Amino acid sequence: MSGPKLDELANRCGEWLRGQGPQSEIVISSRIRLARNLGTFPFIRRCSETDRVAVDKTFRDAIASIPEWKGLIYVNVAGELSAIDRQFLVERQLISRELSEATGARSVFIDAQETFSLMINEEDHLRMQVMHSGLDLDAAWQQISQMDDWLDQRVSYAFHDRLGYLTACPTNVGTGMRVSVMLHLPALVITQQIEKVFRSLQKMGLAVRGLYGEGSQAMGDFYQISNQVTLGRSEVDLVKQVAEVIPVIIDYEQQSRAFLVKESRKDLHDRVSRAYGILCTAQTISSEETLHLLSSVRMGIYLGLIKDLEIPTINKLFIHTQPAHLQKLRGMNLDTAERNVERAHYLQDHLRRRQNGGLGQN
Amino acid sequence: MKCQQCEKPATFHITELTGPQPQELHLCETCAKTYLLQNEGGPPAVAPTLANVLAKQLKLGQAAEELAKLDQRACPKCGITFFEFRNQGRLGCPHDYEYFERELTPLIMNIHGEGKHVGKRPQREASQGGGTELIRLRRAMDEAIKKEDYELASKFRDQIRGLEQ
Repeated sequence: MSGPKLDELANRCGEWLRGQGPQSEIVISSRIRLARNLGTFPFIRRCSETDRVAVDKTFRDAIASIPEWKGLIYVNVAGELSAIDRQFLVERQLISRELSEATGARSVFIDAQETFSLMINEEDHLRMQVMHSGLDLDAAWQQISQMDDWLDQRVSYAFHDRLGYLTACPTNVGTGMRVSVMLHLPALVITQQIEKVFRSLQKMGLAVRGLYGEGSQAMGDFYQISNQVTLGRSEVDLVKQVAEVIPVIIDYEQQSRAFLVKESRKDLHDRVSRAYGILCTAQTISSEETLHLLSSVRMGIYLGLIKDLEIPTINKLFIHTQPAHLQKLRGMNLDTAERNVERAHYLQDHLRRRQNGGLGQN
Repeated sequence: MKCQQCEKPATFHITELTGPQPQELHLCETCAKTYLLQNEGGPPAVAPTLANVLAKQLKLGQAAEELAKLDQRACPKCGITFFEFRNQGRLGCPHDYEYFERELTPLIMNIHGEGKHVGKRPQREASQGGGTELIRLRRAMDEAIKKEDYELASKFRDQIRGLEQ
């Protein structure tokens, strides 16, 4: 059941890279995640396999009884799902790396538009997440709160009067909620102001993380900003805490872009054009280099320095040049060297064809 | 004492043992969080081990003997020891929040700066007692099965069925 459905997903872009939500030139996506546990089982690390199977079944039965969720895609991650398919789901942010690499009974339900997923037996019994393109936190909160209510009517969550929803790690206790916004900030990186932005955000109790790569090294200039605290503030307040800083950062990035255009337009134009040139003509190219160059091109399009190419197209390339996506689209396993060639061909095909009417939509 | 990175009072006193010399850091709560989170390596998808590190910090406030005793304490429902929690940064079951309340309360205050939940609540009445009792019974049944005492195991199974209804 999972094979063909995942193949269908592979050809599409998915919600978070759709590139059509509010402020989506700079805000890639808004994501809200809730962690929940059943009250009658240990937390995941102390679960026996029998327990895990029972937890999985409890949630599957509950989900199956919700009429609005009839069309959800069910993926048994513990089953015969190949490593490539698991990696594919991680690349699309439908499951976490933790769920992919854990052992024992675990699964995920995915909505066909990829706006939400329900992970079962991750770090907590249930991790649900909603993702929207662009800056759309209020709508995302409405959606996930509704999802939570539906499940709440059917299962018994572990909840403590004083401490709130109980989670395996005390860092999530209370609301169990992580609110994140992903931003594309190439100008702040070029003008070397990104560290300053990090420090300000951290002083405000917000966490910043590069999307790809480790620590502050963010390949593709994608950064994710999220709340750190989950207890003592209401869900609405936590959403507000994150939502409030985003316009400030957007403004900051736009100012930096304007600065670059004003002070070094020729250099900037050269940079983005060269990036575009390499992507169009390279015969073999690594994932890292691709992310780096696509980031430049994406900014170039926004600034009008590259014409006849659209941001949603670039978004699609970001995801389709990822290792598992390449292999799924090609329909076979590829080693690193083969993937680098495949990636180059894919890029050439899609960047050059634009003149003939382009890729169009997802 | 002031935080070494900002003007707030230092409430975290961290001894870093990862370098050639032990290094003492005195930080406020916010800077400590930043510092500790920065030192977490590994891919972003790995759950934060802040609780793990902070749990280790509890050591600083307690004599070795006291800590050894604390480490032995095990939740009567899921069996996890405080030692295991300190090392994994993960609790064993919902009841741990009650059983280890004394140790967890300062930890939770350190992480969140707050101790009381003000958000959403489940619509159903959480049947707390029955819930965690099921955890204990399931574990007992597993252990009976391991020991091949099937008669005892089926007794537990009946009790479980009774509670589940």
